[in-house]
Amino acid sequence: MSAVPATQSAARRDTFWNSRVMRRFRRNRLAVFGFFLVCMFLLVALFAPLLAPPPPVGNNCLRDVGATTTAEALTPTHSGFWRLMFAAPASCYQIARINFTQVPSPPLKPIATEAGEVRPVFGTSNGYDVWYGIIWGTRTALKLAITVVFFQLLIGITLGAISGYFGGWVDNVIQRLIDVIFAFPSLILVIVITSLLGKSLNFIILAFVLVGWAGYARIVRGEVLKTRSLEFVDGARALGASDWRIIFRHVIPNSLTAITVIAVLDLGAIPLSAAALSFLGIGLPTGYTDWGQLISFARAWIQGTAENRLEYWYVAFYPALTIILFGLGWNLLGDALRDALDPRER
Amino acid sequence: MTAFILRRLMALPLVLLALSLAIVGLMQTLSPAERAAAFVTNENQLRNLEAIIREKGLDQPFHVQYWNWLREVLQGNLGFSKASNKPVIDTIIERFPATVELTLFSLLPILGFGIWLGTRAGLNKDRFIDQFTRVFTVVTNNIPTFVLGIILLVIFYGLLGVAPGPGQLSPENQVNLIINPVPRVTGMLSIDALLAGNWPVFWDVLHHMFLPVITLSTVITAGMIKVMRSSLIEVLSQDYVRTARAKGLPERTVNLKHARRNALIPVATIGGFVVLGLLSGALFTETIFAWPGIGSWGAETATRFDVPGLLGFALLSGILTVLANLAVDIIYALIDPRVRFD
Repeated sequence: MSAVPATQSAARRDTFWNSRVMRRFRRNRLAVFGFFLVCMFLLVALFAPLLAPPPPVGNNCLRDVGATTTAEALTPTHSGFWRLMFAAPASCYQIARINFTQVPSPPLKPIATEAGEVRPVFGTSNGYDVWYGIIWGTRTALKLAITVVFFQLLIGITLGAISGYFGGWVDNVIQRLIDVIFAFPSLILVIVITSLLGKSLNFIILAFVLVGWAGYARIVRGEVLKTRSLEFVDGARALGASDWRIIFRHVIPNSLTAITVIAVLDLGAIPLSAAALSFLGIGLPTGYTDWGQLISFARAWIQGTAENRLEYWYVAFYPALTIILFGLGWNLLGDALRDALDPRER
Repeated sequence: MTAFILRRLMALPLVLLALSLAIVGLMQTLSPAERAAAFVTNENQLRNLEAIIREKGLDQPFHVQYWNWLREVLQGNLGFSKASNKPVIDTIIERFPATVELTLFSLLPILGFGIWLGTRAGLNKDRFIDQFTRVFTVVTNNIPTFVLGIILLVIFYGLLGVAPGPGQLSPENQVNLIINPVPRVTGMLSIDALLAGNWPVFWDVLHHMFLPVITLSTVITAGMIKVMRSSLIEVLSQDYVRTARAKGLPERTVNLKHARRNALIPVATIGGFVVLGLLSGALFTETIFAWPGIGSWGAETATRFDVPGLLGFALLSGILTVLANLAVDIIYALIDPRVRFD
């Protein structure tokens, strides 16, 4: 198809990095900051085992990857290292519990354990290592967000496309179902579902997917209704393309721009909602590496002591900062994408 | 108009029916014994799960269980809430006013501050106040309610000691309230205290409401500012605004009478979003600040596996959402003559 001779300068101009959308994106300094934050969280999640190595005491992570010492588990020649990096067992997602002292211990203060002295970087609260919770919590957050958005898109795009393309009673049934989902604040629906099903990451994923696909389906349906009547679709049909081929090859790709922005914003919003749930004590089991739980530990220590009102500042500070930066990063990125993709601003 | 409202109200029972079907359906994933646990309020009952299962028909097929539940609800019996230790209906009647109270006070910053700052930013596009507003909304929009509540408590209660801790009244005024009971008129303690002329209680409630109101309203205010700003900027670029300027009207009249009035129309459409935000926000705000409304009760029903309470809470929020969206549509048609009901 590319029979047009491309000069060198034209070739450079046509790269993704130099496209109009990317140029506008790069000019926006807030967007670049948001992108930087998001990349930082992705790296933290990827290298969680190196940043917060599985401790000798506190959880069963080391045992479950078949290592006896932390150093052994971090040796790339040991099979446990690769399991930690790409298939960490469930026990690694338990916040390392250094001891059972309720009172928080400040950052870097040495604590004696049966496996020697440890210095938790962000201190402990309820005996849990806050640093470990935040670092591995990043993995939980991103795992949750990516899985949920993937399934939401899968269901939302499919049902939205079917609804818009075929119309009739199929459309009617799907749209009434969406009406019902929209009739409740989504967070409250998620709370109802997770509290009935029980505490587990999979149930949280299920709840968010059940509630969240409807928004995508509405948008895709609208886009499909617009695209369906365009001439190239008639052309494809005249050439003998089947309904499914038209939907997947022609109609859906044309609707993707509209949902990209929402998907990005959702990637940032879902972990925050999940954190909010576990703050209330719904959703994730106690001790699971998750930011909301770390905040809920802080509730008991907001007042400090009579001598020092800021005695326990670190208990709330680090988890709150993490949550705020995470939300900020994805939101700046999403907003910038919306501006960059908005055809009205050309 | 009446036909439109009736048509929308007719959808309400269908929505609630669907939700209740979904919840009773979800319950079927549990074993009868687990379902029976939802009705257990004391140890004796725990030893007698079989009796509860038989009495409530929890081992019956789905449609029988649903019919049993529906029959009770239609007779006005939503069940007994473990979380509040009261029937669900009584709990809602008792606690709903406190949530309305918090919500009403939250509307002050949302409407007042939100519209004011949005207007200032829109009128001074790209100047300092607009840049400041942009940073302000980016920051406030991104702090989840539960994190903000904790931060505010740490700063204003823990560190500075200027705000009271969680609760609705300080201890001395709880005693005051027992000695001089305030008659329940609206159910909102601040208003009732005002009506009864009990000033210490009134001020104390206001004092205790300060942080929760900021917590609840901040995220929604940020949304309000953004919508107001962009809507005003759009209106200001329209021809009729230029005409108003051209015929020599003072800048103030053009901005506030001609432009802002029309810019407020899109703001009305986010009314539904505001109600949704207040309702979900109330769950966290009331939990953190121990506010005796339906939000803190709803959160507790969820953590304590109080199924009748959870159902009641979910049904109530569904009703409120549908009514709020209906109200928004009606208001929209009233303020914008271009909108007509078909």
